[in-house]
Amino acid sequence: MELTLLAKAIAIAVGGFAPALAIGKIGAKAMESIGRNPESTSKILVPMLLVSAFAEAIAIYALIIAFSIK
Amino acid sequence: MSQDNESHQPNNILDNEEHDVATEEHHDAHTEHEHTLYSEPLFNIGQFRVTNSLLTSWVAVFLVILLSIAIRKKTKKIPGVFQGIIEKVVEGALDMMDMVTNDRKKSKKIFPIIFSIFIFILINNWLGLFPGIGSITYNGTALFRGGTADLNTTLALGLFGVIAANVFGIIMVGGWKYFNKFVNIKAIIDIPRKIKKEPTIVLINPIQFFVGIVEIISEVAKIASLSFRLFGNVFAGEVLLASISAMIAWGVPLPFMFLEIIVGIIQALIFAVLTLVYFTIAATEHEH
Repeated sequence: MELTLLAKAIAIAVGGFAPALAIGKIGAKAMESIGRNPESTSKILVPMLLVSAFAEAIAIYALIIAFSIK
Repeated sequence: MSQDNESHQPNNILDNEEHDVATEEHHDAHTEHEHTLYSEPLFNIGQFRVTNSLLTSWVAVFLVILLSIAIRKKTKKIPGVFQGIIEKVVEGALDMMDMVTNDRKKSKKIFPIIFSIFIFILINNWLGLFPGIGSITYNGTALFRGGTADLNTTLALGLFGVIAANVFGIIMVGGWKYFNKFVNIKAIIDIPRKIKKEPTIVLINPIQFFVGIVEIISEVAKIASLSFRLFGNVFAGEVLLASISAMIAWGVPLPFMFLEIIVGIIQALIFAVLTLVYFTIAATEHEH
């Protein structure tokens, strides 16, 4: 069995799990606050995108490791 | 493609995947552009190796210079359409920076560096999607490749951002105070001085000293996270587009191209805003 292939797959699979949860939580909170106060949509949009990108960066780190395993 | 396999053996990380995916669809007559983690060198200027990413970065710099000269020459008192757009963009950027710095004067001071970082990264990201990048070849390797898809560029930008933030901190706060943010000598000196007024200072100040030392490690972590975030996003986008185009080249890559355009803007924005945050934190006094 190809261990490097398995390592790459596990690296990105496990590494993508927590960031996906985090981005989901951020989105959910943003939706909730927009629902409470629809006028604040434009104020919430940019910080939400910013924080989502921070959370996504962790998944990117896992992807880089998956790419560099040989 | 097999010859490149041998010569770049440690670098062809993705070659296996592309081969498996594309091999059923087309055994190409033309060589496929393989996606290595490292950018390929094109020619040497003396000892300095020029890679295709570096060449694309130079093209981006040239475009920025052209744009700047065009804006400079056409400024009038009563603005036309082009100048109006640029003014609106600058106003918007300053307003966004005010949200972080809470001080218009400081925003205007840092604005050139932050905006240049933003424009440079944005143009580099978008140049990676331009037609011709990656397909025009020179001696078998691509002549152009997205500038930020190379870890060297993003590492250089990250180093520049963090070091510039520290230098800005030294300029704004003063050398001794800024040094005390990291190696908190003042906390150690204050122990014998203030021990009569507040005896708890013997416990608190060593902890403050230790926290200051840990801040040095966090500076290095900032450099790593800035560079890897940008590199990972742009490089993964390149690989994604290459893989999708290798499978179905007609129509299906379109939403992915759109995604890459958006990712380009967002990553440039995040890099610039994070650098701005580091500048602002470096320039504030140490709160007690």
